[in-house]
Amino acid sequence: MMILSGGAPRGRILTAVLVTIVVLLALAPFLFPGSKPLNVAAKVCVYALLVASYDLLIGFTGIVSFAHTMFFGIGSYGVAIALYGMGAGWLAIFVGVLAALVVAAALALAIGLFSLRVQTIFFAMVTLAVASAFAVLASQLSWLTGGEDGRTFQIPAVLRPGYKLLEQPLFGVDVNGRILAYYLLFLTVVALFLVMLRIVQSPFGRVLQAIRENPFRAEALGFRIIGHRTLANVLAALFAALAGALNALWLRYAGPDTSLSFSIMLDILVMVVIGGMGTLYGAIVGAAVFVLAQNYLQTLMGVAFGALNAAGVPFIAGFFNPDRWLLWLGALFILSVYFFPAGIVGKLRAESQP
Amino acid sequence: MSVALETRDLTIRFGGHTAVDRVSCSFRPGELVAIVGPNGAGKTTYFNLISGQLRASSGAVLLDGVDITNTSAPERARRGVGRAFQLTNLFPNLTVAENVRLAVQAAAGVHYDMLRPWTERRDLIERADAVLKDVALTAKRGHAAAALPHGDQRKLEVALMMALDPRVYMFDEPTAGMSVDEAPVVLDLIARLKRDTEKIVLLVEHKMDVVRALADRIIVLVNGACVADGAPAEVIASPIVQEAYLGMAPKGAAA
Repeated sequence: MMILSGGAPRGRILTAVLVTIVVLLALAPFLFPGSKPLNVAAKVCVYALLVASYDLLIGFTGIVSFAHTMFFGIGSYGVAIALYGMGAGWLAIFVGVLAALVVAAALALAIGLFSLRVQTIFFAMVTLAVASAFAVLASQLSWLTGGEDGRTFQIPAVLRPGYKLLEQPLFGVDVNGRILAYYLLFLTVVALFLVMLRIVQSPFGRVLQAIRENPFRAEALGFRIIGHRTLANVLAALFAALAGALNALWLRYAGPDTSLSFSIMLDILVMVVIGGMGTLYGAIVGAAVFVLAQNYLQTLMGVAFGALNAAGVPFIAGFFNPDRWLLWLGALFILSVYFFPAGIVGKLRAESQP
Repeated sequence: MSVALETRDLTIRFGGHTAVDRVSCSFRPGELVAIVGPNGAGKTTYFNLISGQLRASSGAVLLDGVDITNTSAPERARRGVGRAFQLTNLFPNLTVAENVRLAVQAAAGVHYDMLRPWTERRDLIERADAVLKDVALTAKRGHAAAALPHGDQRKLEVALMMALDPRVYMFDEPTAGMSVDEAPVVLDLIARLKRDTEKIVLLVEHKMDVVRALADRIIVLVNGACVADGAPAEVIASPIVQEAYLGMAPKGAAA
C-alpha cells in the first residue's frame, strides 16, 4: 500500500479489473503482437494519464475546464518543435518537455489567477475561449508548428522500430526500439499516475475535496480557495502537458488533430464520466473502455454485419453497418451514464460496500 | 486583562435596512458571552461581520487591537476567529472523520503539503480522533456527513470548531434541532471551553435556561442595536429586555 499512498482502489472487483488492465498493458507487446494493438495500448496509457489529470480538476476540485487539450497540445508541440529543430536526441526531448512544462504552468497560473475567482460556468467559458484562441494560434504560426500539417519528427535511434535490442526474438516477438518506446511510455505513465494518487491522498488533496464539497466552509476554516484552485489547475496542466509529450513521442508527430482538437476534449469528458469522477482510478477504466471501443467496435460490427447479411436479415444488419459505429458508441455512453451515474469505478465501489 | 476582541460602532446596511446598528462591544479572554434577541434582531448578521462572511458598512472589528474589518473570512479564521454555523454547513460527501481532520489540518496550518500521504500524519489523525470521541461520534467516523441524522450533523459542526481550536469560538445556536438527550453533550463541551482562560466564546442562543447556565455576560440585540450588556441576572431582569425580547411586559401575554 506504500506505493499507492494509502489510496487503494477499494472493492475486490474493482481491484481485479484494474490489475487486469494494468497487467494486460504491461504485457501488451508480447500478448498482442503487431503494430495496431501496440498503438491501441499506447493510446490507453496516454489517455489514462490525460484523463486522470483532468479528474484532478473536475473530480477532486470541482473545476470545469475546457482548456485541457490546450495543455495536452502544449506538451505535444513542445516535444515536436524541439525534436524538429534540434534533431533526434535526448537533449532535445528534455528541452522540449521542460519548455512545454514552463509554458503550461505559466498559462495555467494566468488563467487561474485571473478567472478562478468567478463562478464555475464563467470559468468554463473563459477556458473555452482561451483554448480556441490557442488552437487558432497554433495553426496560424505555421513556421513554428507546421500549421494544419503539424510536425513530423525523428526520435532517438534506440526508440525506432529499426533498432534491435535483442538478437533473438523473446517469446516469438522481436524486441525492437518500438517496444522499448512502449515500455518507456508505460512506465512513465505508471510513475506519473502514482504521483497523482499521492497528491490526492495528501493533506493538500483533502483541501481540494473540501473546496469541491463546500467552498464557503473551507474558507471559514481558513483555507485560501483561490490559491488551492490555482495550484490544482497548474498541476493538472503539467500532467496534461506530460501526457501530450508522451503522445507526440509515440506518434513521432504533433498536429492539430492529434493534440489540440476540441473532439479530444469531448473524448476526455466522456472517459472521465464513464470511468467515474473523483476516483482517479476511473481514468484507467474509462480510457481502456473508450479507446478499445473506438478501435475495435468498428471491427466487431463488421463481423456482425457480415454474419447478419449472410443470415439474410438485411434490415437488422443495417444497424450493424461498420460506418455507424459512432451511433453505437453514443448509445453505449448514454447507457453507461444511465446505469452507472457515478461511473464504472463508483458503481464497483458501491457494490463492494458491506 | 486586555481586550481581545472588540467591535466599534459596527454597522451594516442592506439597502435602506440597517441590520446591525452601531454595535460597540468588547470581549475579554476567558469570557463566555451570550448574544440574545428576537428573531431578525441581527444576531447572525453580527456574527457574520465578526467572522468575515459579511463586510461592515461602517465601524470596525478589532482583534488584539489590530483592525481586521477588511480582511477576508479565511484570513480571520487563520488569525483565530472560528465560526460554527446555524444551518449545518459541512463537507457532505466526505466522511465524519475526514470532516474533522480537515479542521485539524487547518488548525495545524497544513495547506499545501502534497507529497506526504494523509495516513502518515499520525499527529493530525490522533487529534481528530480525540475530538470525535469528545462529541461521541467515534462510532460514525466512516459515515458520509450527509448521511448523518440532523442531531449528529449539529454535533459534527461543533466538532469542526473544537478541532479548529480557535481563540474566538462563535457558536450560532449550536443545539438548534437537537433532541433532549443530544443537547447536553454539546453544552458540556461548550462549558468545558469556559475553563480555558485564553478563549473567548460567543454564543447565539434562544433557550434562556442554556444562557443562564453558561453565560458570564449577556448582550441583547433588538433591531440591530445593542440594548443591554451585562451580567445575566441583571440583564434578564431589566425591563427593557423583559419587554423587547421576552415580550412579557403585560402579564399573561403570549411569548
